[in-house]
Amino acid sequence: MKTFKMGGVHPEENKISNDAAIEVMPVGKQMVVLMNQHLGAPATPVVQKGDKVKVGQLIGEAQTFMCANVHSPVSGTVLKVDTCKDAFGLAKPAVYINVEGDEWMETIDRTPDIKRECTLEPKEIVAKLKEMGIVGLGGATFPAHIKYSVPEGKKAEYLIINAAECEPYLTSDYRVMMEHAEEVCIGVSILRKALGVPNAYIGIESNKPKAIAHMQEVAKGFEGIIIEPLKVKYPQGAEKQLINAVTGRKVPSGKLPIDAGCVVSNLGTAFSVYEAIQKNKPLIENILTVTGKELPSQHNYIVRIGTTYNEIIAHSIGQLPETTGKVISGGTMMGKAVVNLDAPTVKGNSSVLVMGEKEARRNPETACIRCGKCAGACPMGLEPYLFSLLVKNNRIEAAKEHNILDCIECGCCYFSCPANKPLTDEIRLGKNKVRAMMAAKK
Amino acid sequence: MTHDILIAVLILGALGILFAVVLYIVAQKFKVVEDPLIDEVAEVLPGANCGGCGKAGCRAFAEACVAQGNMEGLRCAPGGDAVAAKVAELLGCVVEQGEPQVAVVRCNPANCGEKRRSNYDGLRSCAFQNTVYTGESGCPFGCLGCGDCVAACQFDAIHMGENGVPVVDADKCTACGACAKACPRRIIELRNKGKKDRRVYVSCVNKEKGAVAMKTCANACIGCSKCAKVCPMEAITVEGNLSYIDYKKCIACRKCVTECPTHAIHDVGFPAPAKKPEAPKPAEAPVAEKVEIPVAETLKA
Repeated sequence: MKTFKMGGVHPEENKISNDAAIEVMPVGKQMVVLMNQHLGAPATPVVQKGDKVKVGQLIGEAQTFMCANVHSPVSGTVLKVDTCKDAFGLAKPAVYINVEGDEWMETIDRTPDIKRECTLEPKEIVAKLKEMGIVGLGGATFPAHIKYSVPEGKKAEYLIINAAECEPYLTSDYRVMMEHAEEVCIGVSILRKALGVPNAYIGIESNKPKAIAHMQEVAKGFEGIIIEPLKVKYPQGAEKQLINAVTGRKVPSGKLPIDAGCVVSNLGTAFSVYEAIQKNKPLIENILTVTGKELPSQHNYIVRIGTTYNEIIAHSIGQLPETTGKVISGGTMMGKAVVNLDAPTVKGNSSVLVMGEKEARRNPETACIRCGKCAGACPMGLEPYLFSLLVKNNRIEAAKEHNILDCIECGCCYFSCPANKPLTDEIRLGKNKVRAMMAAKK
Repeated sequence: MTHDILIAVLILGALGILFAVVLYIVAQKFKVVEDPLIDEVAEVLPGANCGGCGKAGCRAFAEACVAQGNMEGLRCAPGGDAVAAKVAELLGCVVEQGEPQVAVVRCNPANCGEKRRSNYDGLRSCAFQNTVYTGESGCPFGCLGCGDCVAACQFDAIHMGENGVPVVDADKCTACGACAKACPRRIIELRNKGKKDRRVYVSCVNKEKGAVAMKTCANACIGCSKCAKVCPMEAITVEGNLSYIDYKKCIACRKCVTECPTHAIHDVGFPAPAKKPEAPKPAEAPVAEKVEIPVAETLKA
């Protein structure tokens, strides 16, 4: 079975919400839609107080290069265009909408039948991805229309779909494969057409045998879709590691996947591409896992963007358990602890992970013993113990020379450290300092 | 036998002389000629190599002074006026007497300990915590309490206070500026020590609208501008919902201190009042009393 060659760790999988079929999260009385739900600059609001909006209507327009459209997830009246505190307590621009009914834009096809044929040309597909506000749902929320516009001089040879879901606790991609395999394959075919490559590879970790079998069955009815079972190892789902496992290629330091002839997208993105291209439905929903060892029940939901964490918690489990330590957006390796539970969810949110105090609390830090486990675990072949020292002594130039910017912040180093040193945090700080230094030089 | 000893002595002696000659020639050829004045100037400097002057240590500062021939743009903050005068004497130039300065921490979350809204569990570095979220107090502009400033100080002049906000020892502080540079939120400012060591400053850098700021901290500056209106020297400007006192214009009359409804303005170095009850110090005061604050709009959530 294929796998990536360098580093990697084996955290506990904890896929306890695997068997929870996707349910629909009901909509509350008010939705707050942040204008920045993607990598890049915030979208510009194109509605104002008092405007009536329908589901799927454009409310934030991408007016700069690195930007994506934002559409209304509900129908109702715009209360105000103001700021809202996001999950980390920082005020960000947002549109507040009071919900009235559930009226969708007439252009959106809400029938349940599955449309297989796509008659659009590649350029039209990319333009429609931009119009529908499609962003990568693997976590980075990179605008899809930019990723699928291959720059001059570069050629895409492989399309790889990440269905590894290597992050512990997360099961949303698994459920999409079990419940919407055909739509996913259509979405993958559309992306394959947009790139003009002969084959698309869907990488699935072998801890999901039912999904592999089901997808293999469904993929038989499609041309050019190859299901690739992968060894279970974190971070198999990271794009550079996926490329290495599936194609054997290495993305050169400081470069992007397209420089190795590859384009990588998440399985959830492929599903939203199907809905966007075939059903004219903009990206207004996330498939989100609500999980945690101390919860009375495990869930997977379709949640409209703008639903707050508190609303999700109230509907799924009623209230947080007494012993809750952290509520994490994401998984245990790369997730971020949420400070403001009144914050709205955004595109790319994959989970609400509730961790008990004992499990969530970090172990106390002791001194580095130079064991080198971090360097062995690093999937990018870097030296975390060295970065920790360089950053502590403010040797930022040296950190840059040792390729600190190649770090993908996967957390393998911190996971493997016997002294519990927060290496990933220290490296993140170092990367920020290097970027600041480079910006100052310009 | 003496014959052998003699030969050994002669050979080693010849080698010794050869090496001595080579060393002498090399020493002369590669001699670094330095102005002896640099040594004299370096002698009078504090020698702490704190970098406050912006040079790479005291020797580099001495070299810069001698190279320039005067002290324009060069000031040794730890050395102060005494050292500046000595260096000027050596260089044979005139130097302006600067005002002594001190680092001021412009944040005072008085009830911060009790009102902590979250518990930070990550890397104990202010620079890092600032990139993660607002901080335990919930104020996106306030002190994070991880002590980057304490670590940066080479004069043992700043230490973490009880409520998680650093306290400056004005006697040890040399105003080198290292703590101000280390603070990722620019909370620490170098301000004039003031006549008789008395100074007044706004102890807040929060730029949120008044109502929002008050929700997070009882002693926040809400940008009401009452201080600016009452200042007889027009030393106060309010910009971006935040008040700022220009220390060059301030005469420390303290009218603004009594006028401020949230006790955001601090006065330092004044003797305790004899009879009149002064406005309660923020550390003792509970939540601020209800005052007329012009509120633009109530923000929901």
